Amino acid sequence: MHALERAAPAQPADHDLPGGAKTARRSGPPRNLTAWAFLAPLVVYLLLFYVYPLYRNVDLSLRFYTVRSFIQGGAAFAGLDNYIAVFADPTFFRALGNTLVFTVVSLVFQYGLGLALAVFFDRHFPLSATLRALFLVPWLLPLIVSASTWAWMLNSESGVVNALLGAVGIDQVNWLTSPTWALTSVIIANVWIGVPFNLVILYSGLRAIPPEVHEAASLDGASGWQRFRSITFPLLRPVSAITLLLGLVYTLKVFDIIWIMTKGGPSGASTTLATWSYQLGFGSPVPRFGHGAAVGNLLIVLALVAGLVHIRLQSRREAR
Amino acid sequence: MTRWKTGVGIVLTALMLFPVYWMVNISLTPADRMRTDPPDLVPLHPTFDGYRRVFAEQLPYLGTSLLVGLATVALTLAVAAPAAFALAKLRPRGTRVVNFALLIAQMVPGIIMALGFYGVYVNLGIVNQVWGLVIADSTIAVPFAVLILTAFMSGIPDELLQAAKIDGAGTLRAFRSIVLPVSRNGLVTAALFTFLWAWSDFVFASTLDGGGTLRPITLGIYKYIGNNNQEWNAIMATAVVASVPAAVLLIIAQRFVAAGVTAGAVKD
Repeated sequence: MHALERAAPAQPADHDLPGGAKTARRSGPPRNLTAWAFLAPLVVYLLLFYVYPLYRNVDLSLRFYTVRSFIQGGAAFAGLDNYIAVFADPTFFRALGNTLVFTVVSLVFQYGLGLALAVFFDRHFPLSATLRALFLVPWLLPLIVSASTWAWMLNSESGVVNALLGAVGIDQVNWLTSPTWALTSVIIANVWIGVPFNLVILYSGLRAIPPEVHEAASLDGASGWQRFRSITFPLLRPVSAITLLLGLVYTLKVFDIIWIMTKGGPSGASTTLATWSYQLGFGSPVPRFGHGAAVGNLLIVLALVAGLVHIRLQSRREAR
Repeated sequence: MTRWKTGVGIVLTALMLFPVYWMVNISLTPADRMRTDPPDLVPLHPTFDGYRRVFAEQLPYLGTSLLVGLATVALTLAVAAPAAFALAKLRPRGTRVVNFALLIAQMVPGIIMALGFYGVYVNLGIVNQVWGLVIADSTIAVPFAVLILTAFMSGIPDELLQAAKIDGAGTLRAFRSIVLPVSRNGLVTAALFTFLWAWSDFVFASTLDGGGTLRPITLGIYKYIGNNNQEWNAIMATAVVASVPAAVLLIIAQRFVAAGVTAGAVKD
């Protein structure tokens, strides 16, 4: 938890600055100037490699781009036509709905399983540190590795999942090829990837709760479940909020897993805003950059709303 | 009392890591046993054909990924370390704005950056260049690197820097000879995550470097998936090899990993 708190913007207060607060006050600009010299590469970097591509993206969404005008320039201004076209496309509501289901269900399971595991690992037992470390593996693997492994595990005829289900008498499920199951399948893979992150953050949150609190409660005769419900969980609330919001921001972005496992299919059953945007821009013979960019910008708005809530919550926590 | 917990813990870990085991198992399964029903739960007839193909066909991809990873680390640290020093210790006016911009930057979905970069690169004629990919990959890591390095550098006692100043060291000197060496752990953490993300990147690789002469391993895997749907042992063998950096990272640098995850910034 330390790192999480320390990662926050330091207070720009008056306490001893290495440049010497006194000299700084006397000759203000020089200290600022040195500092900005150190910051300059970052600022230039952000302008060139964040702001400019994002500006290009907005520009893309406001013009009629074809492959030709994309390369040569001179695309006509389209106003909001691309956005209107996107809204009118039946895929839009499908993708939006899938994005919401994908995000909410992933978060519920990632958080629930992560919390259960964090509580499980909270009391040390032989090998606990090693096992906890091993739990990080899914989170560290390249997404394409996890996604292709899951794709093969969920293969209808030859996948191990159906083989195991068959052993207990359940008929073959077409995980990736039936519209009923495709979204579930990518959610399962995404939960698997996200649990370790939830586990690590919630675990560090649990460690930050002083053990005396628990001792006092158990002296008062509180059972394990009571202690969890009325002490641990409420004390963990700020960490939970941040875990969930970060999870929300990152789940909205998920693209690789879905694209590699199902390409958003079959027939749009697992298309989210992220995969749709990619498909419009890159995934078809006739790229529709304007539409792709418009979808992308809508996704940014969703992510930013979640992000701003997160920032607000975190700064309120620090203010305390 | 605690022994049963160890037992349960081992079972849970085994369940969690089953897909990883399965990846290794499939990578060793011969092609003609790939579609047996039920599948072999252990590699009864192990074959290294998949790995032979990896080393015959994928070495250039692995080399590119290594190159991209290292170059991304260099670029990221070169931008992030001085900035983090300024944010942690010099705190000029505007610090809050920069911090805010970094938090926002982390929230931008990769696919949107990819579209924007693609537009820019097409105009500049630098699509399918490996260094274009390095720049794009670094955008995944720079905000995180600045935030985590700021956190580490905030922990450096101000007295240390004041002592250097009294000894006549300028700010640049203090940064080079004191701040950087003292922040070694932070630099290692930032570098490890940057490398891992650049190594794992698929979105930027497929959009910005899909037709280049130097393509990273994620595209090597993707090409296998697209081309030969039957040869899953080659796909999984490549996947195993592509997972090596993650495994190494976990073994040699576990404490850095935990610190990095908790630092509040996360991969896509």
